Amino acid sequence: MADPFLIGESMTGGYGAANILHGCTIAVEKGEIAVIVGPNGAGKSTAMKAVFGMLRLRGGHIRLEGEDITALSPQGRVAKGMAFVPQTHNIFGSMSVQENLEMGAFLRRDDIRPTMEMVYDLFPILRDKRNQPAGELSGGQRQQVAVGRALMTRPKVLMLDEPTAGVSPIVMDELFDRIIEIARTGISILMVEQNARQALMIAHKGYVLVQGANRFTGTGAELMADPEVRRTFLGG
Amino acid sequence: MTRPVLLFALVTGLFVLTGITQSWSVALTILNMGVVSAIMALGVNMQWGYAGLFNIGVMGFAALGGLAVVLTATAPVDGAMAAGGWRILGALAVGIAALIAAVQAWRRMRRGRGLVVTVIVIAGFLLFRHIFDAGVAGVEAINPTVQGNLGGLGLPVWMAWPVGGLLAAIAAWGIGKTALGLRSDYLAIATLGIAEIVLAVLRNEEWLDRGVKNVIGLPRPVPYEVDLQQSAGFVSWAQEYGFDPVTASSIVVKLCYLGLFALVLAIVMLLAELALKSPWGRMMRAIRDNEVAAGAMGKNVKARHLQIFIIGSAVIGIAGAMMTTLDSQLTPASYQPLRYTFLVWVMVIVGGSGNNWGAMLGGFLIWWLWVMVEPIGQGVLSALTAPMADGWLKAHLQDGAAHMRLLTMGVILLLVLRFSPRGLIPER
Amino acid sequence: MDLLNALVAFANFVFVPAVAYGAQLALGALGVTLIYGILRFSNFAHGDTMAFGTMCTILVTWGLQSWGIGLGPLPTALLALPVGIAVTGLFLVATDRTVYRFYRRTRAAPVILTMVSLGVMFVMNGLVRFIIGVDSIDFADGARFVVNARDFRDATGLDEGLAIRSTQAITIVVAAIAMALLFWFLNRTRTGKSMRAFSDNEDLALLSGINPERVVTVTWLIVAALATTAGVLYGLDKSFMPFTYFQLLLPIFAAAVVGGLGSPLGAVAGGFVIAFSEVGVTYAWKKVAGYALPEGLQPDGLAQLLSTDYKFAVSFAILVLVLLFRPTGLFRGKSV
Repeated sequence: MADPFLIGESMTGGYGAANILHGCTIAVEKGEIAVIVGPNGAGKSTAMKAVFGMLRLRGGHIRLEGEDITALSPQGRVAKGMAFVPQTHNIFGSMSVQENLEMGAFLRRDDIRPTMEMVYDLFPILRDKRNQPAGELSGGQRQQVAVGRALMTRPKVLMLDEPTAGVSPIVMDELFDRIIEIARTGISILMVEQNARQALMIAHKGYVLVQGANRFTGTGAELMADPEVRRTFLGG
Repeated sequence: MTRPVLLFALVTGLFVLTGITQSWSVALTILNMGVVSAIMALGVNMQWGYAGLFNIGVMGFAALGGLAVVLTATAPVDGAMAAGGWRILGALAVGIAALIAAVQAWRRMRRGRGLVVTVIVIAGFLLFRHIFDAGVAGVEAINPTVQGNLGGLGLPVWMAWPVGGLLAAIAAWGIGKTALGLRSDYLAIATLGIAEIVLAVLRNEEWLDRGVKNVIGLPRPVPYEVDLQQSAGFVSWAQEYGFDPVTASSIVVKLCYLGLFALVLAIVMLLAELALKSPWGRMMRAIRDNEVAAGAMGKNVKARHLQIFIIGSAVIGIAGAMMTTLDSQLTPASYQPLRYTFLVWVMVIVGGSGNNWGAMLGGFLIWWLWVMVEPIGQGVLSALTAPMADGWLKAHLQDGAAHMRLLTMGVILLLVLRFSPRGLIPER
Repeated sequence: MDLLNALVAFANFVFVPAVAYGAQLALGALGVTLIYGILRFSNFAHGDTMAFGTMCTILVTWGLQSWGIGLGPLPTALLALPVGIAVTGLFLVATDRTVYRFYRRTRAAPVILTMVSLGVMFVMNGLVRFIIGVDSIDFADGARFVVNARDFRDATGLDEGLAIRSTQAITIVVAAIAMALLFWFLNRTRTGKSMRAFSDNEDLALLSGINPERVVTVTWLIVAALATTAGVLYGLDKSFMPFTYFQLLLPIFAAAVVGGLGSPLGAVAGGFVIAFSEVGVTYAWKKVAGYALPEGLQPDGLAQLLSTDYKFAVSFAILVLVLLFRPTGLFRGKSV
């Protein structure tokens, strides 16, 4: 079997002495959406951070396009085409929307205007508010800025840590639509979600983590159809 | 356990060495000041080591202690109260009343309180100045070459020590009320400011302490050398043991000081150790290590910080009063922040913050170094420059030796912070 | 009543000196606030950094003077300033590499870094005293006045003269240029924006590929430029004395806190607030009031609120008021 586009394979590790992840595997194919769900404290965000190199692994490997990047720093991974949107503090609040996007493209030396236009087309409201400080926007708009900033690096993989935390259901649907659109442009999406049901509906692949290990893995539809997953994690 | 003992033995050795190679009188002079430094270091250690409070106004609190000596122990100046002393006291009362009125107005009123408070403050200030200026002129006109101030209460000088603590505590209360509960740096900036202002007051308010004209000849808690030398009993005692009466008198006086100071140090140390080991001390350290958690557990962090800040400042004030007593004079121009504030910090950090024994050791060790670095630096520099041709560079380098101690202290502080941040005797 | 003369007296004794002093404080406070924003600690070595930079500039000035190189009516120190900035910049970056970087790597608490800055302060203070001594040094040369009081009186026919010393004019012009450059740099250039981003959200800046070491190095270089410029302007306007520069810490910190620590715009505003309050409170208003008020209402005394010996009390009082009522400062810095 060919290697997936991005894979974190049998990852083991944690912040302190104790391991949070126990041989957990997460992968995403090109242009697809992979979603990590699971109960609180299952290590969802930790798994994501491990893939991004924000956690020292004691076991396992991370490979991007077949290349082993386990030893690379987060900054190095940004240069390799990975982008990460943290759950909180994910914008530069005192800087304008446009400056946020510029900072996203910090490492790029080429013309960033087409990418910026692409982001504005994706999130039209940002075009209107481009000169406003990002900290003054609403919660949903901030998330758009955060995703927009990450897209400015022209990533191959976009990683989102609970992008819909704290936004209204309408905004959430809107955001999921945008995420599908982004995936259609060929960018792989790996995200952690609390709203498991909605997230699995748009997911090509779903991972249910429990206590730092894979419990169920399958396509979004398979997991939605699995009675045990439904009973335990989706509330019937 | 052996490490502290060894270190204290080492420091003792340094003083003994000084006594043997230079003279016992010099060694005792350094030691007496070392005791005062140790007490100051204990005060700073309470604030920083127990509670993590960053006080860089040590100089100001020490100077308030010095002021206490003048106000407590000097004789009252004849006619000063009549000439304007009462006016000054009245003016101060008016000023305080205006401040209280302003605070009350701010608390009680809602609408338009900013304006009312501003009016109260300005009117209060003008009234204060009106009453105050005439009083000051009256007092300062009395025999200005040697007096021109209110004088003190004429009490025994040791009573000035607790008074010094009290003055420092009052100042600390005001600062703490303002700056505690905010970022730690703010307390640092505020204390830096209060120290400058205390010194500005001491330098300029001649009615209070004669300003830069200095108050000299403060009473002493110990006999005078001259009296000893003229006492037949003392002279015969000295000769009996084969001492020169002049040297002996100087040493005896210094030993008397040492006894008194060591007593205070012992009391402060005892109380500090008891406090640190009590539930209160454990709570303080818990707050220091995790303010959020301690706050969540229902501890009133700001009130506890205010408490320890006042206590620590009071200890510094006591030490400041003792220092002025030792000098027998108050010279406001001699207070320099590098010497009085930052040197004490070096003592605490080098000795071991959070550990009273460490702070005390640091007090002795760093004070000894501070005194000795200058001659040592001079020696090193003259040795280094000896082969050089005489010229401006050589002269400049040798003159510069006086400033080597600042450099040395800075380097010591940086090295300890970097390689041994817990100090010589770390917190247990 | 004679409002015109009152205005001229006011300009002469209060406005012009306060603007010059305010510009000097603002430059100093900008340095403090940048360090706070980027490196996240209060740098107590800043006053001594100013002294160090000024010392370097003075040494170069003396060299230039001995070679007979000058700027005509302008002080030679302006020619020496870039060299002073460069040396100070090197020194600060070297200090960062040898001292501060370790604590950044270990993610030490800000208060530890502040403590470390005390150690650096000691060392810099010792160096400055060792190299140039403790005495007051006047190194201003060139023309003394832009506008002379007597010429002004002759030209306008007023009783009051307006004198603008060239050092005051230079202070204002140089400070304006320095601030304009700084704000252009922070708001318009890629590196400047990356500094703001780093100050705003360090983790996200890292995720965006911003190199923290580069940001820190650039910050120290800018701080060296600001501190040296502030110190040289202050020294030209008054005189250079290491201890005075240490004492400037209080008004400079007050300015930075009043404006909001971490906010460059706030630092500038704070500098002028402190300077105007200090000059206004310690100035004897008798002359101005004598012109401005109607007969009979004129004050008998000096109409001076506080003697100049208490100028630091003014900074302190404002600092206390800000801490009590608005600890984040006028421009909502990143404090508390």
